Amino acid sequence: MRTIDQTTQEVLVLASKHFQVPAQSLAPDDDFFRKLGINSLQALELLSRLENHFGIELPDYEVQGVSDFRTLASRIQSRL
Amino acid sequence: MLDLSKYQSVGAALKDALDQFAAEVCLIESDREREKERLTYREFKQRAHPLAKALQDTGFNAGDRVAIIMTNQSKWLISAYAIFYCGGVLVPLDYKLTPEEQWQLLLHSSSSVLITEYPIWRQLAASPLRNSATNLKTVLVTEAPPNADLSGAVRWEEFRSNSEPAFVPRQRSDVATIVYSSGTGGRPKGCMMTHENYLQQCIALTSIYPFAPGFRYLSILPTNHAIDFMVGFFGPFICGASVVHLRTLRPEYVREAFPKYKITYVSLVPLVLKNLQRGLQARFDALPPGKRKIFNALVAVNKALTKNHPRPGLSRRLLKQVHEGFGGELRAIIVGGAFTEPQTLQFFYDLGIPVANGYGLTEAGTAITVNDLKPFRADTVGKPLPGMEVRILNPDSEGIGEISVRSKTVMSGYLNEPELTAETIVDGWLMTGDLGRFDSAGHLQLSGRKKNMIVTEEGKNIYPEDIEAAFESLPVKEFCIFAANYIWPQRSMIGEQLVLVLHLEQGQTLSDELRREISARNSRLLNYKRVHGLVLVNEDFPRTASLKTKRNILAERLAQSDRASAILPL
Repeated sequence: MRTIDQTTQEVLVLASKHFQVPAQSLAPDDDFFRKLGINSLQALELLSRLENHFGIELPDYEVQGVSDFRTLASRIQSRL
Repeated sequence: MLDLSKYQSVGAALKDALDQFAAEVCLIESDREREKERLTYREFKQRAHPLAKALQDTGFNAGDRVAIIMTNQSKWLISAYAIFYCGGVLVPLDYKLTPEEQWQLLLHSSSSVLITEYPIWRQLAASPLRNSATNLKTVLVTEAPPNADLSGAVRWEEFRSNSEPAFVPRQRSDVATIVYSSGTGGRPKGCMMTHENYLQQCIALTSIYPFAPGFRYLSILPTNHAIDFMVGFFGPFICGASVVHLRTLRPEYVREAFPKYKITYVSLVPLVLKNLQRGLQARFDALPPGKRKIFNALVAVNKALTKNHPRPGLSRRLLKQVHEGFGGELRAIIVGGAFTEPQTLQFFYDLGIPVANGYGLTEAGTAITVNDLKPFRADTVGKPLPGMEVRILNPDSEGIGEISVRSKTVMSGYLNEPELTAETIVDGWLMTGDLGRFDSAGHLQLSGRKKNMIVTEEGKNIYPEDIEAAFESLPVKEFCIFAANYIWPQRSMIGEQLVLVLHLEQGQTLSDELRREISARNSRLLNYKRVHGLVLVNEDFPRTASLKTKRNILAERLAQSDRASAILPL
C-alpha cells in the first residue's frame, strides 16, 4: 500500500510527464491550473491518466473544486 | 410534439408528455462505459410521483421555491418535474459555485427545499453560512453512502410516498423558475421566468430545431443553464425524445457517447467546440499525404454542395468516417454562451455538421436569434426566432446600437430588484446591454458590449469582439481584447485604445516571433481598428460554469494593476 507521500510524488511525476514540464518544478501545494497553465478540459485529461495509473475510478464530484496536487493525491489515496 | 399553445404551465405540458410518450425512452444515464439507467416516460413518472407526493405531505404549497444543485443526471429532471407537478417554483443553481455562493443564492431565493447530491451537501453543510439560511426547511440528498453523516438532510431515494399526488395547476403568468444569470458579478440577479416564457420559447426553438421520438440529446452543459434546461429537458420531453446524461465528463467518454448513443443534438460552449475542432484537425493532419488529398477534395465537394442549405444524407456519405465518429445521426451542434469564431463554425459546416449558433441571454428566455441554416452564415448569429421582436436602439452610422427585445419569452423581472428590473425592461423592451446590427438579409451581427468599446479620433466606433476574429488561432493559451478605458475608466474620450490581453501557454514567453505574428495580424486590420498594446496575464481567464469568459471579472482583475505599466507596447 502506498503512503500519501508516495501517491503525491507519483501524481507530480505523472502531471509533469503529461504536460511535459520538469518534475522538480512542481510542488504538492501548487495550484495545478495555474502552475501548469491548463484549463478544465486539460485537467480532466490528467484525471483519466491518473485513474489508469492507479487503477481506480475517481468520480467527477470527488475532484470538484480541487485545484492543488496534495488534495488531489489525498482523494486518490482514499480510493486505493 | 405536444401543441403547447393549449397549455397553461410547464408542469401541465410535461404531465401530458409523460402519458403520451409513455413507452418511449426519455432518459439514459451513463457512467463511463456503464449504462446506469434507462427510463421510459412511464418509468420516469413512476419515479417522480412518489417524490411529488412526499413533498406535498410536508405541507408544500404552490409557489414554494425548491432549489436544485446537482450535476446533470436523471434525478435532476425527475426532481424538477415533481416540483412543477406540485406547483412549485424551481431554483436551478450552478453546482460549480462555491458553497458560500450557493448559500447566498439559497438565501436570496428564499428556497424552502434544497435537492442536491451528497458530495455537494457535504461541502454546503460544512459552510459557516449554513446557519443563516433559516428559510430552508427540507434538504434532500441523492446517492449518500450507507453510513454517511447526512447533517440533517433526508435521503432523496427514501423521500417518497406511495399514494397519488394531486396535480397543482398554474397559470401562464405565474413564475416557473428563478434562474440566476451568470457572469454578472455583484448582487445576485434572479431572473423570474414564467410558464409563458418557457412555453413560447419552446414553440419557437422547436420550429427550427425539432425533436421527435428517437432523437437523442447529449446533455453536457449544466442543466441549470438556460440552454440545457430548454434543449436538454423541456424541449425533448414535450416531443418524446431522449436525453443522455454522462456522469463523467472526461473528453474520452464524451467522444464515445456520440457513436454509442447515436446522438442527434448536443449543446456546447465555444471552448469545447474549439477543442473538438483541434482534435479533428490533428487527426486530419496526421493522414498520409495521399489520403489527406482525397479527404480535402471531399470536403471541398461537400462545401460546394451544401452552400445553400445542409444536406445531411449527402454529407454523411461523402465524409463517412467523420460522421461515423459522431454516430452518424448528428443533426446539429448547438453552440451558445459566448461568441464563437466564424472560422470554427465554418470548419464544422464544411464537414457537413451544422453548428446552430445564435444569440440569447437568460433574461430573454434563452435564445433571441438562431442560425436557421438557410443558408448557413458563419459571420452572424442568425435571425430572430418566431415571436421575437428585436430592435436596435440609437443605431449609429453603421446601424449598430443596443439590442433590445420584446417577446413573450422575456422574464417578468429580477427577484427583489424592482429598480434593476425597471432599468432592464423599459416599456416592455428588454435592454440587453449588447450591441449589434442587422444586415440586409435580416441576420443579427453582434458588435460587442455596450460599455466595452472605443470611439476613434476619426469618429469610428470600434468593438473589441469585431477585432478578435483577426487574432483567432493565435498561438497562445487564450486571449481577448478590451477597450483600455473599460478596464481603467477615464473621463476623457480622446485617445481611446484597444489592448490585446494575452494568457500565454505554460513556459511560453512573449517572444519576438510571437510579437511579429501579432503585429502582422494587427497590420491587416484597418488602421483605426488596430490594437495599441498588450497586457499579459498569468492565470486562467475567469469563466462561468458554462466556460464563458467572465469579461467583467477579468477586467476587474486587470484594473488592479497600474495602467501605464500593464500595457506593453506592441
